[in-house]
Amino acid sequence: MASTIIPTVTRHGERASAVKPAALIAAALVSGALFGFGLALSTMIRPDVVLDFLRFTDLGLMLVMGGGVLVTLVAYQLAPRLLRRPLLGGVFALRAAALDRPMVVGAAIFGIGWGLCGVCPGPAIAGLGAGSYELGWAIAGIALGALAQGMTAKSR
Amino acid sequence: MYPNGLFPHGWEQYLLGGLLIGAGVALLFVLTGLIGGMSTVYSSTWSYVVSRPFFQQSNLTSSRVWRLAYATGLIAGAALWLVLSGQPSRVAVSVPTWQLFIGGILVGYGARLSQGCTSGHGICGLASLSRPSLVAVITFMGTAFLTANIMARVLAPVVGR
Repeated sequence: MASTIIPTVTRHGERASAVKPAALIAAALVSGALFGFGLALSTMIRPDVVLDFLRFTDLGLMLVMGGGVLVTLVAYQLAPRLLRRPLLGGVFALRAAALDRPMVVGAAIFGIGWGLCGVCPGPAIAGLGAGSYELGWAIAGIALGALAQGMTAKSR
Repeated sequence: MYPNGLFPHGWEQYLLGGLLIGAGVALLFVLTGLIGGMSTVYSSTWSYVVSRPFFQQSNLTSSRVWRLAYATGLIAGAALWLVLSGQPSRVAVSVPTWQLFIGGILVGYGARLSQGCTSGHGICGLASLSRPSLVAVITFMGTAFLTANIMARVLAPVVGR
């Protein structure tokens, strides 16, 4: 079920030290700000442009995704090899999604919603910072959808 | 098919924006080791008020604080862009409310069922060289392409945009 695996020991067999709460919040804020600036600059926060992307009348999405994946790929592949642990502590997590039916069905439903509204989870939030308060409707919908998913999920 | 070229609004902002998105996800990883997809925050925040065991899983309750901080950062970053970009006021949204809301419900349900969205599967998953994420990306790009094209023909047959 967990989509992220956070080991409790490092690759070198040391016990992982937790990141201090204040440092974690600061790191998340700064990283999020870079992410949000990028979403705004790349016009991912504009649903009308994203719908053009999705109709492939503008191939911009390929550059946005490609640029994002490229930088992240370098970090994900190199940081665990070059650093004993993350700079603020903790341990390098692994993203582990299982390839099963719900995962593919969920992706298909997600795509239908994305193609309908042109908004995905990150840009819905970032857009608020650019004054796009209409995106509150999308956020409300996404939150309700997430609630429905959790309420209907088989409990383990 | 491309009367105005492949990138009718130019391409630099897309590539630079994408590189910055990646820089944010990369920075979070290098500093804390955490994987920064965005859809989980919609479930982890419910863990504050919904007691159902699903929402009390430790991977939601233990990450809800930093995920909210990350989301706050997204808003701050876009606000900074608004100031620096010299936009006259705000970015208005032209897509109708019902589309945002209904589409949003499907986005939220689907992304959580799939355990990832455009950033979770698209950026973090592909950068992890995860084959399941590649399947997810191909799947949601396909259904999004179909839906967006069908909607354009159903809703705007006259406007011809």
